[in-house]
Amino acid sequence: MSIIINIISIVFILAGLVFFFGSVVGVVRFPDFYTRMHAAGKGDTLSSLLVVMGFAVYHLGQIHWTDFAWADLLVVIKLLAICAFIMLTSPTATHALMDAGYEDGIEPLLRKKGNALQDEEIGDRR
Amino acid sequence: MGYRVFIFVLLLITWVLLSGQFDAFHLILGLISCALVTWMSSDLLFRTREDPVMQRVQEGWKLVWYFLWMLWQIFLANIAILKLALSPSALQQVNPSIVHFKTKLKSDFAKFLLANSITLTPGTVTIKIRGDDFYVHAINEEAAAGLDGEMERRIARIYRAERAASSSESSGEEDSQ
Repeated sequence: MSIIINIISIVFILAGLVFFFGSVVGVVRFPDFYTRMHAAGKGDTLSSLLVVMGFAVYHLGQIHWTDFAWADLLVVIKLLAICAFIMLTSPTATHALMDAGYEDGIEPLLRKKGNALQDEEIGDRR
Repeated sequence: MGYRVFIFVLLLITWVLLSGQFDAFHLILGLISCALVTWMSSDLLFRTREDPVMQRVQEGWKLVWYFLWMLWQIFLANIAILKLALSPSALQQVNPSIVHFKTKLKSDFAKFLLANSITLTPGTVTIKIRGDDFYVHAINEEAAAGLDGEMERRIARIYRAERAASSSESSGEEDSQ
């Protein structure tokens, strides 16, 4: 029984590492600041979620159900709560960085006539 | 005052359940920190207090389902990033643009949910929100085409106020046609 739970948690953590690898390669290979943030922001969220969920599953396997203690189950609940918080904070941080980058005047690499934000600003000035 | 007491009790229940230790030291620590949080920021938890409790419970329940759907979307987004990052012709496939659209959502929290959801779905990241205007960075045309408003409808379905606003607007459109 505990072997099955261990294998499930290993699969979770390995999947998290694979997605981390993907986002790292993305950060190195993508052409500009904004596309790099795509890789960093999204890769971070899922991979840390998967790793923390792997920990939660592993700890679920460590609980002795015969002499059950509330404190053991609490660890699992707290890990799941961390998952929920990551899901809320990580995209917010990505958004804040993108906005700060734009305010700081980093030119996005765009195909022609692709910048709705700039069109708007030119319109405002007129 | 009654509202503050309610928040204090809510916080204290959460503390006791999450700490799992029932000796005097930990309980007194909990009392002190719950009192501090209630004193400083009790008005942040529920900004509008007129909504009935059942409606709030329903919204919370729908929010849980929405988060599960989001989890699936995050998974798809990461597969897309992984593919793009590891494909030999990544630079040809990257064709970014900044897309603008207007949202019908009214409340701040619904807009926040929409912005976060856009960031987590494949190929799009929110750059700016100005009132009702959203500016979204899309990594290629495919991702830009995906912003058709399905997510907005899903969020609007969670909140009663948003539902009323969007249904009255759509009926108005039908009248004009």
